[in-house]
Amino acid sequence: MQVSLREPKIVMKLSRLGSFHQSKLSFLRSFLNEFKDWKYNKDLFDLNDRGYGVAVYSFSKDKKTYSLVCFANELKDEDRSDRVIATKWDAAFTLYDGIPSKLDIDRLSQNVPKQEVGRLSYKELTLSRANRSVRAFNYVVECLSNGKQPDTKVLSKVGYLYRTTAVYGSGKFGLADRFRIKNRDEINGPFRLEMMLVYLVRQFTFDQVNHIAKNKNPKDAVELDLDICRNLGIGNSTGLGMAPFIVNHPTLLNNWILSREIALKKIREIEKVSEEEFKIFYKCLTKSLKNISTWNTDSEYQKKKIENLINDLQKLINYLKDNISKSNLYIFDKLYNWAEENLTEEGIEYLVSIMMEPYNKITDPLISQMSSDEDSSFNIPVDRTINDLREIIEHNYSDILKIDFSKNENNKKFWFISKNKEEPRIGDRFEDRGSELEQPTAIARDIKKLYETIFTLKNSLKIGSFLGQSNDLRHIVRRVFITEKYPYSEIQDNTIGSKLIPIDMLRLKLSFFGAVNFDPRSDKWLRICMFQGAPLPNELNSFNQYWIYK
Amino acid sequence: MRSYSEIDTIIKRSTKAKGFSWGVAEEIGKNIRQLELFGLPGVKNINQYFKIFSDDKFENCQSFKKNNKPQNYYCPIKLGLSFFDQSISIQELIDVEIEKVAYPLIFLPFISRSSEITGKRIFLKIDKKEFLLNFNLSIYSNYLSSEVVEKADVIKIQFLENKNNFSEDDWKELTNLSENIFVEETEELKQKTAGAGLSDND
Repeated sequence: MQVSLREPKIVMKLSRLGSFHQSKLSFLRSFLNEFKDWKYNKDLFDLNDRGYGVAVYSFSKDKKTYSLVCFANELKDEDRSDRVIATKWDAAFTLYDGIPSKLDIDRLSQNVPKQEVGRLSYKELTLSRANRSVRAFNYVVECLSNGKQPDTKVLSKVGYLYRTTAVYGSGKFGLADRFRIKNRDEINGPFRLEMMLVYLVRQFTFDQVNHIAKNKNPKDAVELDLDICRNLGIGNSTGLGMAPFIVNHPTLLNNWILSREIALKKIREIEKVSEEEFKIFYKCLTKSLKNISTWNTDSEYQKKKIENLINDLQKLINYLKDNISKSNLYIFDKLYNWAEENLTEEGIEYLVSIMMEPYNKITDPLISQMSSDEDSSFNIPVDRTINDLREIIEHNYSDILKIDFSKNENNKKFWFISKNKEEPRIGDRFEDRGSELEQPTAIARDIKKLYETIFTLKNSLKIGSFLGQSNDLRHIVRRVFITEKYPYSEIQDNTIGSKLIPIDMLRLKLSFFGAVNFDPRSDKWLRICMFQGAPLPNELNSFNQYWIYK
Repeated sequence: MRSYSEIDTIIKRSTKAKGFSWGVAEEIGKNIRQLELFGLPGVKNINQYFKIFSDDKFENCQSFKKNNKPQNYYCPIKLGLSFFDQSISIQELIDVEIEKVAYPLIFLPFISRSSEITGKRIFLKIDKKEFLLNFNLSIYSNYLSSEVVEKADVIKIQFLENKNNFSEDDWKELTNLSENIFVEETEELKQKTAGAGLSDND
């Protein structure tokens, strides 16, 4: 049986993308699999009694080494902020390419804690900073120093000891450009080095909390229980910065979504699901119910989504009990079709994620296809014609063409970059100043404008000649031709409409990272957790790959 | 050191800030990054050009002939875009001469990319500076300065036919040499080692 890939017009709607969940294709899970046979080491741990100082952790294999250099600093409570506009953090980190010398560490100590205003070199690969979760960190220190383990119920409300507030890579602030490292097999997957940084930071938070507790009460202090460590991840606060990213990297976005869609298609095409495969799927599904029930949020929007998801999963389990037997053929296709009819988008996309769990043979080959050489699709095919351009627009953007941009509600927002922090923001076109400096993120509006511009032009006119008169539309012509080869490269929605919920865009990216516990703090930023339940670094050579459904 | 990614971003934004469209800004960001990667002074040249640039000061060339001459000076960005967009048809001219181009190194990456999309090497001469542009993969040049080049009196562009730059004798000699790794065929070897039958008609 042949199953078609899902239509981009369905998958690429923001409400659908904002319902995506982590899966086997997520970057943090593929990172753990890739580095499971690398040697982990704590190379340096030079912290004072209060936990401030330098630490270095590494992964090495053959002659390659990646080292996380950590700088823990004293930070007054009033200086602690998750906003990207902060200038001081509890700790700052960089991932160094190789083994850093003392000179390197001295140089990095002058720059890494400064983050965006420091300078890195091509020897550094990623950069980040993090703040303590005050409620969790101090509580754990207190417990451990008194010889007790912390109450897991208290910790489960937070889920981590530290929250990162940004993770940078790919040439930012002088870091190594992607081209310098792109041919390394071990990082042949998106954001792999960012994942490594976050993962090693997690271990640093455990070592630091143990160290402080021990120094506070050397006689009675105990170390944090390893089971508790495993159930703690790293938090992350994410704002609008991620939203333009997915618009500005269309081929990368395509490769992420396409991999997911190919996996879904292949799984739906499986005629006979083995008992063992179904058992894995069912176990992940039932454990999910318990797992999702522990997600904490004050956001009414997210509470509703979680409620929908729990209802959906319960319905799904009931449906399975009543309607699916071992003898059924094409079980997953039947399930998916039922889900489309009976579940919310949250439930459908959750099902897509867990259907991948038994199928390493399907997901593993896709992981290496999730990166992108963006330069290869940059040139506009200038020898194509207006007729070609028009046909692609009509085929790939038919829903977009229905939007009436003369209505204020469809044109209400604009994306811009703040001057003081160079961070993306979203404003109201009719209330806020700055719309004349709008970023090229209003793809739907510009597509419509392009379509109207070419409507009366001769079919045979070459794109090269058209651009000579219409360079203001050059960016959008490029995108249209990209969608011809990369069908999932474009969000099929209006990113400047009054109904836009920016966190849908963030959620899409974060789900591919492998984040869980989505906790929106507004419609523009949210907190999440990464690596919660993941094996510890010295357990990587043998771990349960379904750890996320603990 | 500034990374190439930072160069791309800053040039894109500054190009937009000078009044060019986002699509053009994307092109210039990539071009200047490419120049710097090839070891040519892209950032320095574009910075100087933006200091004197105004939209009405420089000209564009909408349609290319064998010889192209502006009233004033050509803008290297507009000229470059025009050339790149029409390069598929311009290659038919084989030799193109363009006079009076401002900041010609900014024009160069457009020609390098034209070499990629036309699939032909391009020989570019900016006054006395010579560049062989190889499919946007490399640039061979007699110009190693990192200085700003404010103007070119004459730019000559030649699309080179796809042909080898070695003789048939060179090829034959190397082919003969390469055959020394083969085993001489005998009737016995044919019988025992060929695998298929000896007759094509069975």
